Amino acid sequence: MRVVKYSEAISEALVQAMECDEKVFIMGEGVDDPKGVFGTTAEAYKKFGGDRVFDTPLSENAVTGIGIGAALAGMRPVMVHARVDFLMLAMDQIINHAAKWKYMYGGAMNAPIVIMAIIGKGWGQGSQHSQALHSLFAHIPGLKVVMPSNSYDAKGLLISSIQDDSPVIFLAHRSFFDQRAYVPENLFSAPLGEGEIYRWGNDVTIVAASAMVWEARKAALALKKEGIFAEVIDLRTIKPIDEEIILNSVKKTGRLIVADVGHTICGVASEVSALAAEQAFEYLKAPIIRVALADIPTPTSYALEEIYYKGAKDIVIAARKLMGAKGGDEKNNLEFGSLDRDFRGPF
Amino acid sequence: MQILESTLKKLYFEMLRIRMISERIAELYAEQEMKCPTHFSIGQEAVAVGVAAHLKKEDWTFASHRSHAHYLAKGGDLKEMIAELYNRKTGCAKGRGGSQHLTAPDAGMIAASAIVGGTIPIAVGAAMGFKMRGEKRVAVAFFGDAACEEGVFYESMNFAALKKLPVIFVCENNFYAAQSHISARQAITTNIYLRGEIFSIPGFRVKGNDVRAVYSQTEKAVKKARMGEGPTLMECETYRLLEHVGPNDDFSLGYRTEEEVETWGDQCPIKNAENLLKQILSEYTRKGAKEIFMFDDKIEIKKIIFQREIEEAVEFAKQSLLPDEKDLISDVY
Repeated sequence: MRVVKYSEAISEALVQAMECDEKVFIMGEGVDDPKGVFGTTAEAYKKFGGDRVFDTPLSENAVTGIGIGAALAGMRPVMVHARVDFLMLAMDQIINHAAKWKYMYGGAMNAPIVIMAIIGKGWGQGSQHSQALHSLFAHIPGLKVVMPSNSYDAKGLLISSIQDDSPVIFLAHRSFFDQRAYVPENLFSAPLGEGEIYRWGNDVTIVAASAMVWEARKAALALKKEGIFAEVIDLRTIKPIDEEIILNSVKKTGRLIVADVGHTICGVASEVSALAAEQAFEYLKAPIIRVALADIPTPTSYALEEIYYKGAKDIVIAARKLMGAKGGDEKNNLEFGSLDRDFRGPF
Repeated sequence: MQILESTLKKLYFEMLRIRMISERIAELYAEQEMKCPTHFSIGQEAVAVGVAAHLKKEDWTFASHRSHAHYLAKGGDLKEMIAELYNRKTGCAKGRGGSQHLTAPDAGMIAASAIVGGTIPIAVGAAMGFKMRGEKRVAVAFFGDAACEEGVFYESMNFAALKKLPVIFVCENNFYAAQSHISARQAITTNIYLRGEIFSIPGFRVKGNDVRAVYSQTEKAVKKARMGEGPTLMECETYRLLEHVGPNDDFSLGYRTEEEVETWGDQCPIKNAENLLKQILSEYTRKGAKEIFMFDDKIEIKKIIFQREIEEAVEFAKQSLLPDEKDLISDVY
């Protein structure tokens, strides 16, 4: 068993995808610099050089359109952005063009581009450097949205994204970059549209995405000590979403918590809640609880971040509430340590 | 300006065909059976025709919401276009695109976008794709004067120049964005063709209603692109004779005068080409040949052929099925 860092898994996926398909290339701001976007593109640059891994001007909208054009001409571009926030400058090309290409032009041509962007939280990165905007993309027909929560998925899902014929938004979470997990050495793909049961349980279902999968896992361990057995589902891809895995679990447990790194309003947490309410209402023993961000931009001060971000504690409290268990809002006995507090980059 | 008489004739008939198609669509539009916003190219045909004359099938063009002429000039199928306007399953976009999203991949007219400036970077990207694959193909972006107000226009030119890509930027300056005159939108209205210079992209102002001028300038631009010497910007001054969207005139709106439209109407690209051809042919006639009479006959014959082709296409469209639920849900991914 070989364990590798999340950033290394991304790097390996890029290199192997480029090895097996000469149409694949990488472009983005700083992809060929020595840091190689937190170590994700440096190896590919070393191996394939500037013809296939190259820097771009800070023209996010045009460069996205250029990616679409190259894809139509038969290439397989992977576009890399160090922050998801920068994609807001490219929304015309992503939403009005890439997402609709196949459908709007009668199905004859595809625009197979992968737009990889990094999302994050904490460490004072504030309103324009640490958003999680996956729900915004997931709202658009024609886009796929991928959010790996571990090294294995980072590699497998990235390879699937590159091989997929649709435009894919691939969102890597910064807090995972140094986390290690088992990753096969060979080229393999993890299917888009399939969630995974991260931990089995019968009392309450916790559906989580990206960094909240880790919070859910910590919460599940704490809940076990309180005699509550939580089932943790990692969505892995937000779009297509794995409805079956969610519904099967909710039908089993009758209780649902949805934990997301984005905002509650009009978000993935709301979508999953609606799915359960529409299709598994008769199984629900208690109201659904969403653990996601308030309708407030991201603050910078760590004092405010501490209140702003949701985590394992909030999930534990939600589970107690659903179970009618003791403890209620009591947080004092919950000590989880924090990914953020130990975080030393990459920024 | 040198152009072969035979070439000029070909361009003339191509423009005539597009004009006849457009005028027939304008007539039929009133029946309210074509349900999609339609922006007519009437008056602007010379740009599409003059540029396309130098392109091969495997060269790609991209256009804007006003794209009927570009689609037809590049060889897009007439039946599929009319069927698309009639919202039919047999349309070029299966009834999902309408007039604003014409596409003919096999003919190399890849896409028209309803977002102003939207296809400019995509044309640049296609050119990059060609270059990366070692193919000697050329991409052309057609757009209007208002697209030159979009940031993406400058971003795209910078990138095309940076990578020396085989792309030609063709601005059809018709002076209006809907009802807004260029003077209300641009600080300097006379220098669109110069705006690539800051990126070292050579620019040319072309009489857009003179198909010879468009043809000659394009010849140089295509040659340059194919030789790997990078992009060119062409500003073709032209004029839209009908309203912004729809088949009627729009004098009642008061944003432009009837005189202005008439002045440009006298500069109609098709009339211009016809006059020029007759001038050339009258030279022969003076020498005792009968070319000019034969040409008039040929125009009449061509008109009959075009008419028949158009009616067949309209018939095809009207007979075609409307798309169904299967067409609604397929091709999203």
